[in-house]
Amino acid sequence: MTKHTLVALVEDKPGVLNRVASLIRRRNFNIESIAVGHSELPGLSRMTIVVDGATTAVEQVRKQLEKVIEVVKVTDITGERIVVRELALIKVHATSTTRSEIMQIVDVFRAKVVDVSTDSLIVEVTGDEEKIDSLYNLLKKFGIKELARTGRIALPRS
Amino acid sequence: MKLNGAQILCESLIKEGVEVIFGFPGGAVLPLYDVLPQYPQLRHILVRHEQGAAHAADGYARATGKVGVCFATSGPGACNLVTGIANAHLDSSPIVAVTGQVARPFIGKDAFQEIDITGICVPITKHSHLVLTADEMAITVKEAFHIAKTGRPGPVLLDIPRDVFIEEATFNYPEKVELRGYRPTVHGHAAQIKKAAKLISEAKHPVILAGRGINISGAYQELLELAEKAQIPVITTLLGISCFPETHKLSLGMLGMHGTACANLAVDSSDLIIAIGMRFDDRATGKVSGFAPHAQIIHIDIDPAEIGKNVRVHLPIVGDIKNVLRVLNKQVEAQEHKDWLKTIEVWRKEHPPAFIRESDELLPQFVVSKIAEVTKGDAIVVTGVGQNQMWAAQHFCYQKQNSLISSGGLGTMGFELPAAIGAKVGRPEETVWAIAGDGGFQMTIQELATAVQDKIAVKIAILNNGFLGMVRQWQALFYGRRYRATPLSAPDFVRVAEAYGLPGIRVAKKSEVVPAIKKAMKHNGPFLIDFVVEPEENVYPMVAPGSTLAEIIDDPKKKIEVKAKPKETSNL
Repeated sequence: MTKHTLVALVEDKPGVLNRVASLIRRRNFNIESIAVGHSELPGLSRMTIVVDGATTAVEQVRKQLEKVIEVVKVTDITGERIVVRELALIKVHATSTTRSEIMQIVDVFRAKVVDVSTDSLIVEVTGDEEKIDSLYNLLKKFGIKELARTGRIALPRS
Repeated sequence: MKLNGAQILCESLIKEGVEVIFGFPGGAVLPLYDVLPQYPQLRHILVRHEQGAAHAADGYARATGKVGVCFATSGPGACNLVTGIANAHLDSSPIVAVTGQVARPFIGKDAFQEIDITGICVPITKHSHLVLTADEMAITVKEAFHIAKTGRPGPVLLDIPRDVFIEEATFNYPEKVELRGYRPTVHGHAAQIKKAAKLISEAKHPVILAGRGINISGAYQELLELAEKAQIPVITTLLGISCFPETHKLSLGMLGMHGTACANLAVDSSDLIIAIGMRFDDRATGKVSGFAPHAQIIHIDIDPAEIGKNVRVHLPIVGDIKNVLRVLNKQVEAQEHKDWLKTIEVWRKEHPPAFIRESDELLPQFVVSKIAEVTKGDAIVVTGVGQNQMWAAQHFCYQKQNSLISSGGLGTMGFELPAAIGAKVGRPEETVWAIAGDGGFQMTIQELATAVQDKIAVKIAILNNGFLGMVRQWQALFYGRRYRATPLSAPDFVRVAEAYGLPGIRVAKKSEVVPAIKKAMKHNGPFLIDFVVEPEENVYPMVAPGSTLAEIIDDPKKKIEVKAKPKETSNL
């Protein structure tokens, strides 16, 4: 079992996400993350789907996904030279005494503080999953109030 | 020209060459039914349950190769189609199902008879679409038919809100469809075909496994040419039956759980399998890990997702079978395979196919063989599911192209009568026999009224053994003969037929079989025969679940070894 990153180019139409997600569920896969947004092509969106599975099984899912009429192309870019990013927003408990320490950690990760209130900060961080996990783990001791992650997006390098 | 959505739908159906619709009206489709009289070229056949409409459209599609169409209303009407749509999906049958939906302002409000049918049908359709404006009606219908009938065929659902039927728009039927995400590969890869020809020329013990793809592609002649040129025996799947004449000396019949012994043994000993338009269903392969242990596999199919799904494939060729075989046949060298064919002949002699044991009782196999004899094989056989289906598959000796219609993938009991109605409507010049069991027949028995009202001359043979026979057989073989919920009572089918307005007779003796079949054939209209057959007859040969094809049990006179329980991992 390895983590696979599938990139799908899909028609920007209602119900497509449902079809894709339903198909992956039906073939007995767990979706680790799924991220969707417009692509460079008008009317087409790009989905990045991370699933766990054996290579042959993932290839089967990839081919099944390509059968969905609104799915134009699906590539398994696992193992290729790819750029992988994820964005996370972390709302962390912060008092006047801990705030500066948090800011220092945030700096080290080249993350940003995007909101400040009397008892918390929202940190925005971009990077691969590992980087986000490490920052999250370091901030844990201050008390995480909320966490939102986008899931992986990825493109192959040229 | 401004038309309303319902009229645009009808105009579009006519443009697609639709002549028949199987349907059942209701509130949400009233505006559609209201315009139907304006289009007398669209024959509407009223079914008695929407499942019947979907099966009839499916049977029509399989018999004609054209797209079958069915209508149903929203909510329960749409839900009742679901089994029929799923059935068409698993057997790659092109149908377009049109359902009414509640008016747009009510969608999502749990309105009366509202159900998210496009959502329900996502995993059981090739495509589904909620038509949100009358403007998009024409293009949507065009796309629906294109998707249903091209590539690997399948069902398409169009869900149309009530107010879209009434909304007006300009009708322009598009010439072409533009679907970026749908471009089936129809021509096989030249280099792959070349490799296939080489493998075929090197093989000592090759077999062809032919599936429904041959029927769909119409590649009968190409298959025959390949088989004869390279002298390769042809084995079919259940749905591949009738794609190759079973009277041909290279025909070994069907493989799988109730396939012929010689087919199963040939597959097991083969060194090369040329699988054409089939998908290695578990009922065909037996225990997958023990399937054809010595064989390399060439898999030719139009659906790339079928390649390597169930078995390892050494050489895939994706494309339309007719195209692929045409190219392949040119490159294949003439061969003889004398020793291989001799070996197979020995198996065939040891395990004669379509074997019927001596009996004074009325055996179901005997009934099927007599229908074949009286019709001289010149009939379309539509089966139910279970023992009747297997006997119909084994004992008809199919010679006529595309003459068996059966629910293979979903295994839907009750398929036979509505599908036979659809087949007869699509090919009125043919004799259509529905072969049913007494269990399955009771699931769609109400369609007798459809056959009577629309004068659809299907001939119905019920193999009445008083059991849910196939389940009983499994209880007998694997569950210590504990017949739980398998003995079943049935109404007097002859009186039921009479009540519905068609003639029926009961046959309980061997001597009455042929005269009854002749009488049914002579009658100008639907006719029912209730064959009261041996109650505990089993289907043989049989590959027990979890066994390999080589472990086929074929002699009913031998004491049948009762296995404790099917192996846990097998798909019962």
